[in-house]
Amino acid sequence: MAKIEFETPTIKDWLSTPKVQPDAMAHSKPFVAKPVHQEPLGFPGELVDNWQDVALEKMGDLLGRYRSLQVFMDSCVKCGACTDKCHYYLGTGDPKNMPVARQDLMRKVYRRYFTLAGKWFPKLVGAVELSEEVINDWYSYYHQCSECRRCSVYCPYGIDTAEITMAGREILATIGVGQKYSNEIISKVHKIGNNLGLPEPALADTLEGLEEEVEEDINVPVKFPLDQKGADVLLVTPSADFFAEPHVDGLIGYAKVFHQAGISWTLSSYASEAANFGIFIGNYENMQKVAERIRQAALDLGVKRIVVGECGHAWRVAYSFWNTLIGPFDFLDPAYPVPQHICEFTNDLLASGGLKVDPEANDDKVVTFHDSCNVSRGSRLGSTPGGQFSIPRTLIRSACNHFVDMAPDTIHEHTFCCGGGGGLLTDDLIELRVKGALPRAQSLQQVIESHGVTHMAAICAICKSQFSKVLPHYGMGMDMIISVHQLIGDALVFDSNH
Amino acid sequence: MLLGSIFAILFYLATIIFLVGLGERIVRYTRTPAPLVIPTTPAPTTRTGVCARMFREVVFFESLFKGSKWSWLFGWLFHFGMLVALMRHLRYFTEPVWSWVILIQWVGVYAGIAMFVGLVGLWLRRLMVDRIRYISAPSDHLMLALLLAIAGSGLAMKYGQHTDIVSVKAFALGLVRFDWQPLPSDGLLILHLSFVLILMLIFPFSKLLHAPGVFFSPTRNMRDTPREHRHVAPWANNLPRSGNQQR
Repeated sequence: MAKIEFETPTIKDWLSTPKVQPDAMAHSKPFVAKPVHQEPLGFPGELVDNWQDVALEKMGDLLGRYRSLQVFMDSCVKCGACTDKCHYYLGTGDPKNMPVARQDLMRKVYRRYFTLAGKWFPKLVGAVELSEEVINDWYSYYHQCSECRRCSVYCPYGIDTAEITMAGREILATIGVGQKYSNEIISKVHKIGNNLGLPEPALADTLEGLEEEVEEDINVPVKFPLDQKGADVLLVTPSADFFAEPHVDGLIGYAKVFHQAGISWTLSSYASEAANFGIFIGNYENMQKVAERIRQAALDLGVKRIVVGECGHAWRVAYSFWNTLIGPFDFLDPAYPVPQHICEFTNDLLASGGLKVDPEANDDKVVTFHDSCNVSRGSRLGSTPGGQFSIPRTLIRSACNHFVDMAPDTIHEHTFCCGGGGGLLTDDLIELRVKGALPRAQSLQQVIESHGVTHMAAICAICKSQFSKVLPHYGMGMDMIISVHQLIGDALVFDSNH
Repeated sequence: MLLGSIFAILFYLATIIFLVGLGERIVRYTRTPAPLVIPTTPAPTTRTGVCARMFREVVFFESLFKGSKWSWLFGWLFHFGMLVALMRHLRYFTEPVWSWVILIQWVGVYAGIAMFVGLVGLWLRRLMVDRIRYISAPSDHLMLALLLAIAGSGLAMKYGQHTDIVSVKAFALGLVRFDWQPLPSDGLLILHLSFVLILMLIFPFSKLLHAPGVFFSPTRNMRDTPREHRHVAPWANNLPRSGNQQR
């Protein structure tokens, strides 16, 4: 692959809104899926001959299936409130990365074929034919949206561009133009059970290695059980947790928590993946099929509870969609919410005194927390709204004496995406990923300068991978980004003669 | 009388198109399911909470306030100016005039000015901010022009060239009572009424659909209770399920 040449934006003292620079990112396109990535998902292998008809038929189908799409197509008044909210616009200045303009790529086609105004007066209302040029724009710019929902916070009608991006990608895949990265991963999950295509023996081997490593490190026999029938808890975690840095230290943290709490748990080799890229491509059926593996694993292993590891979009799918897609969960213990997030699980244990923590273990760090978009704006932690903001911070503060938040307009519901979410965490989009990380890098730089922050904790596998890759472009260390459960795991105190 | 009859017919037609067009959209929004639970979180967990969120959205433009203070200010001035000005107009359609309508007459005048100022502000933003200029289609400018023409012609009749409001009221009451009355052939009045007719006609076919749309927005009107309540769309219920087997 040719090396992509681009300039990393400079971090300024404040986050400025760039001037409109038309087509600044028109060249950015991910690799197109090959037939082998398309067909297992039920999509045609390559561009179909009558693609215009198929696309319009699919659009009509989706308009009838999703109220969000139908209402959002009609409601926008072009007020402009969203125009300076997308991290990809802020990082690139390409006007088609303004949420309203991204929506308009579809809305102008919707108007042409599905509204009277667009059929009779196309020029007046900005309606256009579904041409090859439009499809190219869709492919480019629907893969410059990380479906982070930040724009939906500020829209007076609650228009969520993620819903439109998802519809756009589904239509593209339906005419045979899918995205390689996401579709290849989904086909691996359908076949093997995780995004990496890691088979059972390799997984067992990895977990065994982790057991040895941890025992050597802290002299405590922390286990990483796999396919253990009758365990209380099935842990489903993003497969990056099995080997990627810094993710794996988070997995070690979960295992230490289970160990100290004395609660039996297991991973599943059949459902060895919490991630569900079905949400990224907007396809209900694939999202359901990916999720079904987890229900099946829970049934097979006879567990009482399902706990989900640190992963943003996986948590949105699990928390917000699982009950819809693969419920009801009447076979699990009704005493616990289904599913439960590992942060909720650890938080409950901490609150009830079930864990012994010494925050001095992390005294070498000054930590800030990056709210991940899907946890912040697409789901919740705990029993009250906003728990997704307070619980991770409570965990960090209990394990760490030095915590500081970034600027208020860049955290909680206002948080900026890492720049790699929504199925864009692929090397063919590295320019977009680096530029899209600008707003977050800027607010991180601020607390580094003002408070000497050394680490940024997160509860999302994509955020962790993305930051360790792109922060160096902004002159920050790739090891700044860590798992919340790494902090917990390092701070847990085990009796020496355990 | 000819003018009165023409405008009477036009008003009935416009009303029918407005109601039928809007009704068609509302039925469509109601019938289209929201298959997944997608409120923008943090979101309320109770129906009362959802009503409160919707109230804040519709009355205070809560999200817009978070998003853009200038758009919020001008948008709010315009919408609530228009609302009060519209309520003030009820005096033309009621006899005897309802007492609360009499009470708000003096506010209604300022409301008309607020509406005008709000619209000018919104248009200036649309023209001067490069991002908003980029996303504007001709129809977005024309919509503002139309609303400004309505507000402007109305204010002109109040402060400039008065019209015969006794006859106007007779005409309006005649419309309501299906007993057509003549309309004064006053240029400003004819313009004012014509612009209102156009607005009613394009309402169901334009971005003015944001008015019903906001109430149907799933990111605002859904409860955040997916773990407690299973939510399944009818079409999704019929999909084949691969799991769910005791192996």
